[in-house]
Amino acid sequence: MITVAEMLTLSGVLFALAVAGIFLNRKNIILLLMCVELLLLSANFNFIAFSRMLGDLTGQVFVFFVLTVAAAESAIGLAILVVLFRERRSINVEDLNTLKG
Amino acid sequence: MLDPSNTLNPFAVAMPEIFLTAAICVVLLFEAFFGAKRRGATATLTLFVLVIGAALTVVYANVTQRVVLFDGMYVADPLAYVLKLAGFLIVAWVLLYSRSYLENRDILKGEYYVLALTALLGIFVLVSANSLLTVYLGVELLALSVYAMVAFDRESGVAAEAAMKYFVLGAIASGMLLYGMSIIYGLTGTLSLDGIAAALHSPSDLGVILGLAFMVVAVAFKFGAVPFHMWLPDVYEGAPTSVTLFVGTAPKIAYFALALRLLAYGMPGAAIDWTRMLMPLAVLTLVVGNVVAIVQSNLKRMLAYSTISHVGFIVLGFVAGTKSGYAAALYYMLIYVLMALGAFGVVVLASRKGFEADRLDDYKGMYRRDPLLALAMAMLMFSMAGVPPFVGFWAKLRIIQALWETNHPWLVIIAVSMSVVGAFYYLRVVKLMYFDEAPETLPATVRSTGVRFALGINAAAVLVLGILPAPLLDLCSRIIG
Repeated sequence: MITVAEMLTLSGVLFALAVAGIFLNRKNIILLLMCVELLLLSANFNFIAFSRMLGDLTGQVFVFFVLTVAAAESAIGLAILVVLFRERRSINVEDLNTLKG
Repeated sequence: MLDPSNTLNPFAVAMPEIFLTAAICVVLLFEAFFGAKRRGATATLTLFVLVIGAALTVVYANVTQRVVLFDGMYVADPLAYVLKLAGFLIVAWVLLYSRSYLENRDILKGEYYVLALTALLGIFVLVSANSLLTVYLGVELLALSVYAMVAFDRESGVAAEAAMKYFVLGAIASGMLLYGMSIIYGLTGTLSLDGIAAALHSPSDLGVILGLAFMVVAVAFKFGAVPFHMWLPDVYEGAPTSVTLFVGTAPKIAYFALALRLLAYGMPGAAIDWTRMLMPLAVLTLVVGNVVAIVQSNLKRMLAYSTISHVGFIVLGFVAGTKSGYAAALYYMLIYVLMALGAFGVVVLASRKGFEADRLDDYKGMYRRDPLLALAMAMLMFSMAGVPPFVGFWAKLRIIQALWETNHPWLVIIAVSMSVVGAFYYLRVVKLMYFDEAPETLPATVRSTGVRFALGINAAAVLVLGILPAPLLDLCSRIIG
């Protein structure tokens, strides 16, 4: 039997991996997009764990919405990536340096 | 006027959203079939949609009391009504300003208008959200529209880079928001903001504080509060100015609603915790925003840092944590949007094909080239600096009053001294326009009468609301209470 604490730990690890991936990765924008997806999935995992613990279905319904939104989000992200690649001929994170944030 | 004691037709109250959804489909189809043949017809149609939408909102969504509809997902209250009307008005103004800019650059495409409408729909969903689910969907609908909007000029590499940065950082923010929501859901067992408000009591346990921290970070990201402001100057500078105009104005309504619904109304029990988290953010935001704005040589970037400093004031309203604090934040937000609309409007109107008018030097001697534009800009800059006859003064005063009432003398001192710092770079723009010699080579500004009339109204509103502040102030206090 998997306990809620174990599931939350897993989702915490996924979340940390995703955030670390976004901030440490200096190579590839596609990896950034994958980390963003992982971030959303870790939150989904939390929702499912809590939904099972509480015996309440709304959490799982929320997950369906998040999955849909995540699909739209990666579509937009990839579209921006295509525009960027046409201009720069590169998907290297370090090439994103025209604007100094 | 609707009477909530009657059996209320939920579809009538949700008319702004329903109409807007239908209108988006119509505008999209219109653009697909006729857009290429008649450039600009989509723009006119969109303005028409906004006017009808505002009229329908006045007729159907004008509720006098708070009504919760659609199984607790949706709330209609006077606040939502006012913010929706403001949304229609602001987007209409943005579209009026941006038309000539888009035409000049051959990017007068339907995408801009459709995305503006979908973003507006996202704002409405967020403004009327009464459940974590609707909050999340509103945030995402708005954010996704805006990411695409920043990148919509496909020829501009800078815009694509700005959009990519905005997208990645915005996605982290939504991830944080979602993670915080999942924790709060787990601890309270409900997604409804009313249910969460009933379940959370002071003192909060550690789990609630953890979930809250994630949500506060997400709200700060969306607002552009320091240290989560990195995206804001890049997006403002990189995006086409007409998009900056949109990004800098309408979404602020939504982010205010996000903070108010999620934190102030959704978690009053944990108010001590989130005001404690917001306080250092507000102070940092005020200091960094104002100080960094001084060294900017690009006007769009300077206005971006000025946005950050104004966000500091709005967050201070939330730090006060009282009804008068929220009302002051609402007032400040509305006034700020009005001023930003005018300031970016001037940048849009001063630009020409191949000339962006975004360096401060481009405004030297503006007074000689175009007295009206210079006068409007000067009024807006004085107002942003908080100089008395203009409305920016009252906005700052209300925030400071709310902080004083809640015993935050140090925050009052910081806010006032940072306003003084801010006055320096606003007045520098006025000095450049009126007292410096113009370089010979600058092209003429946009001369179209309609747009200049709209800008005139905008600048006059800053003065008139400053002389007669009472009606709007009363309205803000009333709809928050």
